[in-house]
Amino acid sequence: MSAELATGVFSWLRRLGATVTGTVGKLGYASRFLIMVLVLSPHAFRRLHLTLREIYFAGVLSLVIILMSGLFVGMVLSLQGYEVLSRYGAGEQLGIMVALSLVRELGPVVAGLLFASRAGSAITAEIGLMKTTEQLAAMEMMAVDPVARVVAPRFWGGVISMPLLAALFSAMGIFGAYIVGVRLIGIDAGAFWGQMQAGVDFWPDVTNGIIKSVVFGLAVSIISVFEGYDAKPTAEGVSSATTRTVVISSLAILALDFVMTAFMFRGIGA
Amino acid sequence: MSAVTSASDAVFAPARRMDPSAAAIELVDVSFAYDKRPVLQGITMTVPRGKIVAIMGGSGGGKTTILRLIGGQLKPNSGNVLVAGQSVPDLEPEALYALRRRFGMLFQFGALFTDMSVFENIAFPMREHTELNEELIRDLVLMKLHAVGLRGAAAMMPTELSGGMARRVALARAIALDPMLVMYDEPFAGLDPISLGIIGQLIRRLNDALGTTSVVVTHDVYESLKIVDYMYFVSEGRIIASGTPESVRASTDPFVRQFVDGAPDGPVRFHYPAPPFRTQLLADVS
Ligand SMILES: Nc1ncnc2c1ncn2[C@@H]1O[C@H](COP(=O)(O)OP(=O)(O)O)[C@@H](O)[C@H]1O
Ligand SMILES: [Mg+2]
Repeated sequence: MSAELATGVFSWLRRLGATVTGTVGKLGYASRFLIMVLVLSPHAFRRLHLTLREIYFAGVLSLVIILMSGLFVGMVLSLQGYEVLSRYGAGEQLGIMVALSLVRELGPVVAGLLFASRAGSAITAEIGLMKTTEQLAAMEMMAVDPVARVVAPRFWGGVISMPLLAALFSAMGIFGAYIVGVRLIGIDAGAFWGQMQAGVDFWPDVTNGIIKSVVFGLAVSIISVFEGYDAKPTAEGVSSATTRTVVISSLAILALDFVMTAFMFRGIGA
Repeated sequence: MSAVTSASDAVFAPARRMDPSAAAIELVDVSFAYDKRPVLQGITMTVPRGKIVAIMGGSGGGKTTILRLIGGQLKPNSGNVLVAGQSVPDLEPEALYALRRRFGMLFQFGALFTDMSVFENIAFPMREHTELNEELIRDLVLMKLHAVGLRGAAAMMPTELSGGMARRVALARAIALDPMLVMYDEPFAGLDPISLGIIGQLIRRLNDALGTTSVVVTHDVYESLKIVDYMYFVSEGRIIASGTPESVRASTDPFVRQFVDGAPDGPVRFHYPAPPFRTQLLADVS
């Protein structure tokens, strides 16, 4: 019995060790891959149409979901926010509350999560499928580096699209809040916009939001292209790589958001 | 080189090797393993310039691996791969890419770029490696498509093509830059008899018209006998026989006969190695 237990523990330890070394190894590989992408990036900009095309696929085609979600999130924020604020007789402050939540937090984070599941998964699946069908190997044999030709434009397409999408998300959210707060609930429009204008600073509120969305864009884009490039060249390989992109990107966004928020607003408690 | 040589009668005695100065490709005692599993052992072969050489063998025999070694995507564990006199495993990435620019390769499943039209697929190597203007590229692409009989399909997307058409487009792309060497990985696999004949004839015609050297990897003995100049038979990672088509047809070598006649069992076993069936059936389920 105790021998059985010992073997059980050992095999568990061995699995744990293998998982840890495997994860560390993959992280190392991913970092090297990021450097390779950055080194080969001039290619993506010298042939701008390649990157523009990816901005279209990652950014423009994500517009509908981003705009719709922004509108609904803004409308819900407005309902919930007004309910709480009016308990303290501060219903007029709705504009500033909605705008700060969106610009600082919800815009980058929710847009990032949507971007990972809409565009990130598509990028992973596309690159993974190109690998499975030997298109990447074919490029290599034609003396064309697939990292420069396929990966770098998609990476930069994502990096450029993400902050723009986050900004549009926030703008749409504020519009949604306006519809609910001013048009439905009946807050004075002048108070709504005036409070917002007085209470939201470009520095640090808006810039911090922009910094967040840029970081999320970098994270989601590198995860998406890496998972695609690293996918096992089979149907299951591509499908599990796509899932990993969404899961890892989402966790990365939430974890990075906490870390960045802690640094950006650390004056609050003091 | 009139008689089929086989491993048993000292195939590669130097006197019987083809003239190396005329060789486009030479594999010298090449061994290769994926991780620890040996795939190729002591492969030595010569592909003379301007000829079509077939590498025959069953699936999983390491044929594609040989092409990857020639293209420098893999490095041998021992031995050497020479292409146009250059040692491929020792090339720096720059030099390797320069060499690959003179290669064309037809992948086993075509590997057409699915996000581009037929026209753009063939224009791809031209756009990547040359500064040709749009008009010239158009003319060249149409010429290549005309050569494979698919000028009318220029605007189609790869997903709209039949298997045989896709293979022909891939062929046109492989020869887009008039390569000195074209490698074909299973060009006949999964084609109907008509497409099969067309591809075979195209390989022969293009080779002779462009003065290229061709390596055809295949398990289709019947089709290759019609078009190639020389054949190597690979089984379990070794070259077991080689010869010209005439000598292959006349051969009495049991390996060669098994391939030519398509016999399920012979020197190449039907059964993957396993314990005796009786023992396995009688064993306890545990
Ligand atoms: N990337 C790889 N990793 C590990 N084993 C591989 C890989 N590619 C091929 N193999 C194995 O090597 C052997 C030879 O493969 P391959 O050269 O593709 O054979 P063929 O083209 O003759 O069918 C096969 O058993 C195959 O499973
Ligand atoms: Mg193969």
